[in-house]
Amino acid sequence: MSKIHVTTTVNGDAVDFLADPRETLLDCLRDHLGLTGSKEGCGTGDCGACSVRLDGVLVSSCLVLGVEAEGRSIETIEGMASPDGTLHPLQRKFIEHAALQCGFCTPGILVAAKALLEENPDPSESEIRYWLAGNLCRCTGYDKIIRAVQDAAAELRGAA
Amino acid sequence: MRYHSPLTFEAASRVAAGASGVTRFLAGGTDVLVQLRAGSVTPDDLIDLKRIPGVGSITREGDGGWTIGAAVSGAALGATPGLVSDWPGVVEGMGLVGSTQVQGRATLAGNLCNGSPAADGVPGLVAAGATATVVGPEGRRRMAIADIPAGPGRTALQPGEVIAAIHLPARGAQGGDAYERFIPRTEMDIAVVGCAVNLRLDGDTIVEARVALGAVAPTVLLVEACAQAIVGTRLDEAALDALAGAARAAAKPISDKRGTAEFRTHVAGVLARRVAVTAYTRAKGSRAQGHRAKGAAQ
Repeated sequence: MSKIHVTTTVNGDAVDFLADPRETLLDCLRDHLGLTGSKEGCGTGDCGACSVRLDGVLVSSCLVLGVEAEGRSIETIEGMASPDGTLHPLQRKFIEHAALQCGFCTPGILVAAKALLEENPDPSESEIRYWLAGNLCRCTGYDKIIRAVQDAAAELRGAA
Repeated sequence: MRYHSPLTFEAASRVAAGASGVTRFLAGGTDVLVQLRAGSVTPDDLIDLKRIPGVGSITREGDGGWTIGAAVSGAALGATPGLVSDWPGVVEGMGLVGSTQVQGRATLAGNLCNGSPAADGVPGLVAAGATATVVGPEGRRRMAIADIPAGPGRTALQPGEVIAAIHLPARGAQGGDAYERFIPRTEMDIAVVGCAVNLRLDGDTIVEARVALGAVAPTVLLVEACAQAIVGTRLDEAALDALAGAARAAAKPISDKRGTAEFRTHVAGVLARRVAVTAYTRAKGSRAQGHRAKGAAQ
């Protein structure tokens, strides 16, 4: 099985890797680039733990092949905090509201929530719940997640 | 598995026509990658269509119709206000497929070619009278969307044929469409029954109608008797009763974990009534909120 050389951009950095064409983008991020923040919960696009942005669009990286990333731009959870380690308001609010327990779903939910707030800075509770319907959390019961996103949205609107 | 990323549909078709093993075309990948992972389909040749120029474009044609490239995502449909305004039923049907993440990738052409009888994107296209440009070894042809599903997981496309684009006709005056499905929850589920209605009015009277039912037969159904039940009426109570009766008579569902045949038959009538009212209201010009069009809402 011949591997394919893929050149792409991850969190603003040019990177390249060799991918078996059957490998998903999630496999490539985790196993070839060492970016293990994106998680594999289901591998079938149901749970959202592998959420990343592909050319700005929120996708499940388990449903994208690594070879499809050629020439694209990818954003992962690793790019969310500032390079100096300052947390994004969403990350800070998740901690303040205890919006996580085991933390496995958290990177995907943060990436998805950031995409939401960029499109809609003032979402209703119902809009947040529908937007995040593809991000499953088995610990929190979702309520704290929703409150953390609302609080972060308010802070981001205030800062703007 | 060999990965191909041709730059024309003709080249994509040649790869498929010349392959001896299992081939799959890759658009959004939200079905193909799941099958790949499950091991239910392991292609020898995977042909990615997304490098073909125009495959991700939505174009308003000179006659007012729309051309939707094979790799246009559900999210992109919902982000096109003119399309949402002309064909809200088509957009809201596709918008019900999967999560926000799936919407970023999943396509109408893929929803059609996956061949699920419960595909939410398909009844709206059938009701709209949409067509597809199909590219194959013999050249290009136009097929009615209604003629493409052939059974669960099967289409009428020939070996080597690939859908390049889907075409919606011009909306025209006093037209409206709508789609709704029944699921036992509010999100992230597969239709127990789906129904799309597309109609045109002259004043208050329906002069044209197309009604499509999903998930109640091996393929989507275009039900002529439903159209006959409401054409010439103002969608009064008697017309709605006749419509519901025709929908129930046409439904030939199976019983499975999502619903019994009896329940699906009943719901087909309920949905036909409800969706016809939404389409009628839209045709009258007031944009009633039917089922949430996820992409459009964002």
